[in-house]
Amino acid sequence: MVPSPHLSSVSMGDRRTPERIDAELRRRRSDLGGLVFRTVLQVGLILALLVLCVLLVDVVRDGWSVLSTRLGDFLSGTLRSRSVDEQLGVHQGLVGSFWIAVFTAVLAFPIGIGAAIYLEEFAPRNRITRFVDLNIRNLAGVPSVVYGLLGLFLFVSGLKWFTGGKTLLSAGLTLAILVLPIVIITASEAIRAVPDSLREGAYGVGATRWEVVRNLVLPYAAPGILTGTLLAMSRAIGEAAPLILVGAVTGRLGSDPGFLDLGALTERFVAMPIVITEWTQNSGRDIGFAAAAAAAIVVLLAFVLTLNSAAILLRNRFEKRRR
Amino acid sequence: MTTTIHDARAQGEQTQITQEPPGPDAGAYDEMPVPNMSMDSGELVFDIKGLGVSYGDFRAVRDVDFPIRSNEITAMIGPSGCGKSTVLRCLNRMNDLIDTARVEGLVEYHGVDLYHPSVDPVAVRRRIGMVFQKPNPFPKSIFDNVAFGPRVGGVRSGLDDIVEQSLRKAALWDEVKDRLKDSAFGLSGGQQQRLCIARALAVDPEVLLMDEPCSALDPIATTHIEDLMQDLKAEYSIVIVTHNMQQAARVSDRTAFFTTEKDADSVRPTGVMVECDRTEMIFSTPVDERTENYVTGRFG
Amino acid sequence: MPATANLSPDDLQTAPRRVRKERTVRTVLALAASVSVLISVLLVFSLLREAWVFIVGIDWASTWTDGWFPRRGQYDVRTLVVATMITTGIAMAVAGPIGLSAAIYLSEYASTKLRAVVKPVLEILAGIPSVVLGFFALFFIAPELVGRLNEDATAGSLAAAGIGVGLLTIPLVASVSEDAMKAVPIDLREAAAGLGARKAAIAAKVVLPAAISGVVASFIVATARAIGETMVVFIAGGAADSAGYTHSPFEGSLTMTAAMASLASGTDQVKGEGYTFQSLFFVGLLLFIITFVLNIAADRFVRRVREQY
Repeated sequence: MVPSPHLSSVSMGDRRTPERIDAELRRRRSDLGGLVFRTVLQVGLILALLVLCVLLVDVVRDGWSVLSTRLGDFLSGTLRSRSVDEQLGVHQGLVGSFWIAVFTAVLAFPIGIGAAIYLEEFAPRNRITRFVDLNIRNLAGVPSVVYGLLGLFLFVSGLKWFTGGKTLLSAGLTLAILVLPIVIITASEAIRAVPDSLREGAYGVGATRWEVVRNLVLPYAAPGILTGTLLAMSRAIGEAAPLILVGAVTGRLGSDPGFLDLGALTERFVAMPIVITEWTQNSGRDIGFAAAAAAAIVVLLAFVLTLNSAAILLRNRFEKRRR
Repeated sequence: MTTTIHDARAQGEQTQITQEPPGPDAGAYDEMPVPNMSMDSGELVFDIKGLGVSYGDFRAVRDVDFPIRSNEITAMIGPSGCGKSTVLRCLNRMNDLIDTARVEGLVEYHGVDLYHPSVDPVAVRRRIGMVFQKPNPFPKSIFDNVAFGPRVGGVRSGLDDIVEQSLRKAALWDEVKDRLKDSAFGLSGGQQQRLCIARALAVDPEVLLMDEPCSALDPIATTHIEDLMQDLKAEYSIVIVTHNMQQAARVSDRTAFFTTEKDADSVRPTGVMVECDRTEMIFSTPVDERTENYVTGRFG
Repeated sequence: MPATANLSPDDLQTAPRRVRKERTVRTVLALAASVSVLISVLLVFSLLREAWVFIVGIDWASTWTDGWFPRRGQYDVRTLVVATMITTGIAMAVAGPIGLSAAIYLSEYASTKLRAVVKPVLEILAGIPSVVLGFFALFFIAPELVGRLNEDATAGSLAAAGIGVGLLTIPLVASVSEDAMKAVPIDLREAAAGLGARKAAIAAKVVLPAAISGVVASFIVATARAIGETMVVFIAGGAADSAGYTHSPFEGSLTMTAAMASLASGTDQVKGEGYTFQSLFFVGLLLFIITFVLNIAADRFVRRVREQY
């Protein structure tokens, strides 16, 4: 066989010998480019994860002095004091965050899940439905501070006769609105994941649409829906910007209601993220506030990370269980 | 031609022989003895006239005309894509669930236009039940699967009896009577399909529609279902879609043959019904050449 | 059920009780869905209404001053926009490469076990409240990172805030990009491997280009998120109530979001001179429009991904 001048210098005939083949297959061509690429990627991944570790370590370390010495007092203390003393604590913040979580659960969950059911199971597939879908996706992308503006306009000013102005009620309503799109989107996804064969079997024996949804679709989608609600609640208690806009107190807060004191709803308020913000900013005056802020962060993270972990674990178990 | 059918027939349990004209069917509503091979045995349950279905722009099937008679097994056969399942789903208004589906023509059920605006599809599906290609039991217990239909229909008491009767009719009772509370997913494929049949029977329908009920099952399970169909024929009218020509020949009393035609104004071929007659006629002396080609295996 | 000779449509009806229930449920659910539309309408209305007062009322010269001093009537939006751009730019410079690297590694290199551990961790990271990152930015990033880079940097600065926002956004970039890459069918990878390509080549030259719509979408979404982020800048951005114009990342300033938060807090009265209250909504409207446009763009890209596969 005459080697073509266009091929590489090694002709086909030479390449066919067993020794050559062996050498070619075994030869570890150094792939420097690939190695560098892979290392860069690994560094990226490690950095992404490292952030979490460094963050947690730093925060726990900063707050350790407070958490380890007077945890109980801290949890029951208030913002009444202007200095870092024995009475400083997050109790009012916990109450505020508690009620915000309640509002999310009571308002955003039923409305959000109901909306998702309607959009996925009942609504005809026409332009209006598509528009509503798009609208919800856009709402999900609106910055939280803008929701604060809505809360300011609607609840603090507009419905002042009902909410009392810059109160916990306004805050709860504002945050319920903020997380509503998230609840709708995650619930919709969970419902969409229900296989059609399940529905057909039920329709086939003469069940109405709601009967199919209630008896088959919702139980099947329940874990996914629950995941969404946990994530939404975690988001709600972590938000600060909308609270600032609707008038959360920065500074001293006189009243210290209990957790189930409904009167607290029509009074001025704080919540955990606001407490953290305030103390962080005060640390210029007294460095002790930094430790208090860090301790408050740990308390907040305890709730947020628990909710998030529960949501993620639930979703992973649920995905594994479905064949 | 006859030989092939004869072989297929020999495997089934049909007593009819190809050469002789069939006697009156085993229907409970025989009005008159049928001396020749016309389509007059059994009362008319469905009368389908000029049925056509479109999904959006796509014309799935057109010009479907045939009757379904009581206590018979009517099979719809033909190559894939010719709209057999679509037609079947018209009979219990399952196509309503698809937004883009449009139905034209007339489907008469005991003289009532099934698509009349005042007819409630939910009520239709109680009388006309359906079993699907892939067994689709609910993620519930065996008992709850069968009891589902009656329960949503408002039945509160006597469920135990209904469940037992339905499971007996589906030839599943003996196998599951001790584990009614177990999950339906613990059953084998064939058992699950029989469970789905029991589930459909629990609401006491008149008609049972079966969309390729055996195509997801192994041969032994298939045989069970086919035997079951013969037994159920005494009480119910059955319409089955099947890809398996031999199954149609074994099991059915009447057969409708479908094929596709390319219409000038559409991109994809549209399904059409070619002819419908007593099964032995379709398989021995079909009228249309296309039918003959299909049943003798020349195409499809 | 025995076959009756002839029926009428009246025989094919469902019990009225069931029909009524069905109708009621349907109405209630439709109402729930319409709440979302109501919220949108109220949102746009509230922004437009107050911003309009601002737009028609102010002396537009006051929007080109040497800084954002709202309580004094100086509404230099330019300051805010530039600060937003700087912070967002730094944030994406951090989140983009790190997030994308993590995504490519997880999608193309990582074993199933590693993915099963790392992905949930990243998702949990995504849930960390922004105030925590604000604290971290002020007490750790500012002194340790920015302070080392430039000793003249103020205690809070756009750089510190920008890095903080970037860290916050990493999980978002990582998860959306990773989803996009995982959606690329395995056939493409196998085809390339069959031609003798190695993992790096497959990842960079086959998967990444195939998933580019999703990756772009992730960047757009992350940018929108960074622009909308308030608390990190509020805490660590180095300006309190007002800010002079600057385009140095090592100085403090206010982004649009932080300016809004500052305006609403501090002196417990949003009311200030003249149009202070309305300026809040004006900036809010700008912010809303910017993030709205970005989210629509991202949505287009995501739809393109879905159409491809």
